[in-house]
Amino acid sequence: MNKERLSIERKKQLKFFLIHAVIIISAAICVYPLLRIFSISLRPGDKLFSTDLSLVPAGATFTAYASLLKDTMFLRWLWNSLIITLATSFIGVSLASTAAYAFSRFRFPGKKAGLILLLSSQMIPAGMLILPLFLMIMKLNLMNTYLGMIIAYSVSSLPFSIWILKGYYDTIPRSLEEAALVDGTSQVGAFWRIILPLSTPALSIAFLFNFTTAWNEYLVARVVLFSAKQYTWTLGLFELQGQYITQWGMFAAGSMLVTIPVLCVFLYSSKWLISGLTLGSVKG
Amino acid sequence: MASVEFKGIVKKFNDNTVLNGVDVDIKDHEFVVIVGPSGCGKTTLLRMLAGLEDVTGGDILIDGLRVNELHPSKRQIAMVFQDYALYPHMTVEQNMSFALRLRKTDKAEIDARVEEAATILQLKSFLARMPKQLSGGQRQRVAIGRAIVRKPKVFLFDEPLSNLDAKLREEMRVEIAKLYQRLNATIIYVTHDQVEAMTLAGRIVIMNKGIVQQVGSPIEVYRKPANLFVAGFIGSPTMNFMHGKLSLEGDKVMFTSPDIKLSIPPYLLPANKVRDGQEVAVGVRPDDVVVGREAGEKCSDKIEGVLEVCELLGHRENLYIKVGGQRLLATVEAFFDRSPGSGVQLCFNYKNMHVFDKATENRISE
Repeated sequence: MNKERLSIERKKQLKFFLIHAVIIISAAICVYPLLRIFSISLRPGDKLFSTDLSLVPAGATFTAYASLLKDTMFLRWLWNSLIITLATSFIGVSLASTAAYAFSRFRFPGKKAGLILLLSSQMIPAGMLILPLFLMIMKLNLMNTYLGMIIAYSVSSLPFSIWILKGYYDTIPRSLEEAALVDGTSQVGAFWRIILPLSTPALSIAFLFNFTTAWNEYLVARVVLFSAKQYTWTLGLFELQGQYITQWGMFAAGSMLVTIPVLCVFLYSSKWLISGLTLGSVKG
Repeated sequence: MASVEFKGIVKKFNDNTVLNGVDVDIKDHEFVVIVGPSGCGKTTLLRMLAGLEDVTGGDILIDGLRVNELHPSKRQIAMVFQDYALYPHMTVEQNMSFALRLRKTDKAEIDARVEEAATILQLKSFLARMPKQLSGGQRQRVAIGRAIVRKPKVFLFDEPLSNLDAKLREEMRVEIAKLYQRLNATIIYVTHDQVEAMTLAGRIVIMNKGIVQQVGSPIEVYRKPANLFVAGFIGSPTMNFMHGKLSLEGDKVMFTSPDIKLSIPPYLLPANKVRDGQEVAVGVRPDDVVVGREAGEKCSDKIEGVLEVCELLGHRENLYIKVGGQRLLATVEAFFDRSPGSGVQLCFNYKNMHVFDKATENRISE
């Protein structure tokens, strides 16, 4: 009896140790590059490589940060990115939430084909979409504008958002909307007052997906934006890369700074994110 | 409160006809239970009255007003759903006051009505809780409370007790009966449970395959089932059916099946109502099968059978008796004094016997 208990205890301990080992190693793998970038951003001069492995290098300085903010249009690029990203996220989620509701609740011709089409559009490599996007935005006369970028980003992230929201709406019993209709709301009212508040986890996931995709995007921005004043931070940082010299210190400092907004959004919505990632795993 | 009329209601989903000419009049203050097996169209009928399903044909009238195209919120009805349909992101109080808040009712009036409903349903201490913090019975009471606060013309209940366990269902059944006495409202209640139908209803509407089979008081549908379906559906345990032919022997009507021969008394089925050779089904409820010594003493038409199985239910006992190829169920006082395998005598209580025409399935006996 005692031996059995001992063996169960040992198994528990081993499991605990293994789980924590995997988590710690995974965390280290994720955090290491960030620490290296942080270290580079503090180095005096523009050295990318160094034999020094310490996190805070000898003669550590914030000069790179200071000159990035003072000598370049970094803040302007950050602002551009923020406007484009937030607008994309809000517009994308708004459009996706209503479209997904229609796909989830109503019967109409082409519903199934529409869903499959949305899904298959996700299989096309992003690079292939550059040319048609460029042509469309050019014809709309929206080159080098926020609006052009917002449209390009919103439409490309819509299919994923629609699918994830539709999947979530499908789990919400129809009787809730019917109860709301009997109670006195319109169909739109039932969506607004009942379905949307209940869908916060899925809406958060869709918002985060839109936010991170738009925030980190480079390829479309490269094609649509051509004046440094309109650049997003991804394009702006590459401005620091010269033909003969690259300002690695500033590059690293910029890289550190751009993670802050994403980090804030993630931390703020982590509660929703965790429940959202387990969507549909439990019935009811 | 209000009256409700269904006039020739037809409902089709694509080519599938779910309701086929339903005509029912429900009077003011009446408690009507619509009962039938799964898929008979009872819930669809209720949803059409609520405005949650379109009407393919016919008219629905509330207080004489045609409501076919009226939005659910304008029909002055309140509905209690099978799965309660409580808004999970609102407290009990918010759930109950939702409809009133939508109508921008005065705050004091809302508070008073919620308070009143919560008192009736013993929910006062739960008003600040979220639905997930409540038990099944409490959730059901909140769903009923949400309907009460609106003071609607008609209450609709869609199988409200089907998600509860047997004990809670019994308790809630009594609660609903008490609530009806208190509110004296027009209530339309859908269920597949005939016990709920028999105990709650003022009148029962029995449906099958989209057609109303019979409308009547619980005792009417139990004692005088209009057809074979109603006879088999109402009553637990279900009625025994014997299939055979009628023959006329002078003034006497004789029923003959391969295993049983009976003389049908004229007060039950006069000879002039019968065709010689007419194929019929004779129905006897298990309570009206007299078995054993009692049968030997009381009956003239005795039938010999073999006791197959005894099921003790507490104060009653179910006896499964084989008569030739026919199996009959008798319900008798507990502790029947014979063991399975032994021969028994049985007879029927003719007063409560039912004869149905085999072709039309309609009742032909008195």
